[in-house]
Amino acid sequence: MITIIDYGMGNLRSVQKAFELYYSKVRISSSFEDILTSDKVVLPGVGAFGVAMQELKKRGLTDAILDSIKKQKPFLGICLGLQLLFSESEEGDKTAGLGVLKGTVKRFQDKQDLKIPHMGWNTIRLKAQGSRLKALEGIPDDSYMYFVHSYYVEPEDRSVVLCETEYGDVFTSGICKDNICAFQFHPEKSQSVGLKIIKNFVKC
Amino acid sequence: MLTKRIIPCLDVKDGRVVKGVKFLDLKDAGDPVEVAQVYDKEGADEIVFLDITASFEKRQTMLDVVRRTAETVFMPLTVGGGIRNLNDIRDLLNAGTDKVSINTAAVKEPGLVKKSSDKFGSQCIVVAIDALRSIAGKWEVYINGGRIPTGIDALEWGKKVEALGAGEILLTSMDMDGTKDGYDIELTKAFSENLNIPIIASGGAGSLDHLYKVLTDGKADAALAASIFHFREYTIKDTKKYLKEKGVSVRI
Repeated sequence: MITIIDYGMGNLRSVQKAFELYYSKVRISSSFEDILTSDKVVLPGVGAFGVAMQELKKRGLTDAILDSIKKQKPFLGICLGLQLLFSESEEGDKTAGLGVLKGTVKRFQDKQDLKIPHMGWNTIRLKAQGSRLKALEGIPDDSYMYFVHSYYVEPEDRSVVLCETEYGDVFTSGICKDNICAFQFHPEKSQSVGLKIIKNFVKC
Repeated sequence: MLTKRIIPCLDVKDGRVVKGVKFLDLKDAGDPVEVAQVYDKEGADEIVFLDITASFEKRQTMLDVVRRTAETVFMPLTVGGGIRNLNDIRDLLNAGTDKVSINTAAVKEPGLVKKSSDKFGSQCIVVAIDALRSIAGKWEVYINGGRIPTGIDALEWGKKVEALGAGEILLTSMDMDGTKDGYDIELTKAFSENLNIPIIASGGAGSLDHLYKVLTDGKADAALAASIFHFREYTIKDTKKYLKEKGVSVRI
C-alpha cells in the first residue's frame, strides 16, 4: 500500500491518479495508522511552509512521517513535501521543519526579470551517479519538469543533491538520501517524463 | 532555463467545447477531455478551460469535466469562469484543477484574492484581467465577460492583485481579442515590466509571429491562444518549432 499524506495542503487527486497508473493500492489519508501500515509514503503539498507544519502537527502526523523514514520505507516528497524535510524555512518568521535533512529553505531573491513564483517548465541537471540515480532512471539529463514555487532548499550536505535547476541562480531541484527522494518540481504534472519518476518509485 | 509557455484555451459551455474545435481525428471534438488529450500529446505546456456556462445548475458539469481530464492528462490545468467564492475554488481544486482563474469576483471583492491565496497558496490563484484601451498608454478593467466597464486602471489593478497574493495574471486585451491581428504588445509589456509575477498574454493571436512578438517584445511569460490551435492553423508542435528557430526558449 502506498499512502499519500493528506494534511490539507492542496489537491492530491492528481497525485493519486498518477500513482494509480502503475499501482492499484494507493490511498490518500491523514491517518497516523494508515501511514504506519503503508509500504511506501508520499508527502506532497503546495502552499505555505509554516501552515503546512502546523497542519501536520495538528493531525499528529510528524511522528508518523519520521517513523516511516526511520523504518527505511521508500519515501517520496513533492514540492512542499521536499522543503518540509529540512531544518527550517525563511518563510514568514523562521519556522522549523521536520529536520530530516540539514539545511534551509530560502526564497528566490528579487532580481530584474526574475518572476516569482518560478512557474513553468525548466530543465533538471543530474548531479548524482550510479545507483543513487535510481529514482531518475530513464530520465535524460536536461529533461523538462513542471515547477511552481517561490522557495527552494539549500542542503548543508551537498552529497544528497540529485539534480539541480537554474533560475536566476542554480538551486537544488531534487535530493536523495537512503530511502528518501524528494523533488521541487511536480512529477505528476510533468507529462510522460515526470510519470517515469512515479513509476520508478512504485517499482523500487 | 525556464521556458516560455504555450497555452491553448478552450471555451466550455455545459460541459461541451464551443467555438468549434476542428480536429478531424477526434471521435468527439466537443468533449473537452478529448481535446485536452490531443494538446497534451502535442506538448502544450498547460491547458486553460474557460467555463462560459450560464446556468448555475449546469455548472456542476464543469467539475465532472475537470475530474475526467485529471484522470488522463498529467499537465497543469487552469479553470476560469464564474468563480465567485472560496467554495467554488475548493471544489475545482478538489476535482483536479491546478489553478483557478478569478476575474469579476476579484474586482467585486478584492479580499477574495487574499483569502484564496492565503488558503490555497498563490501558486493556484490566477487573476484574469480583461483590459480595454482608454487614453494613451492606459487600459481600463472590464468585468462580466467584458461587458461592464469598471473605471479601474488595469495596470494599477494588476499591481494590487499581486500585492494581495495572486500568483499569475491572465491578461486579455479586449481591443485585440478575436481580431487575429496580434497581441497588444504595449499592454503586455507594461504589465510584465511593472509586475513581478508571471504574465500570460491573451487576445489577438493570428499567426506564429504574433506569439513570437508577445513573448519577446511584450516580455510575456506565456502566450495563450484559442482559434489558431483549435482550427489547426498551427499545431503546438509547429508553434514551438517556429519559436525555437527564432531563439525563444521553449520546451520541445
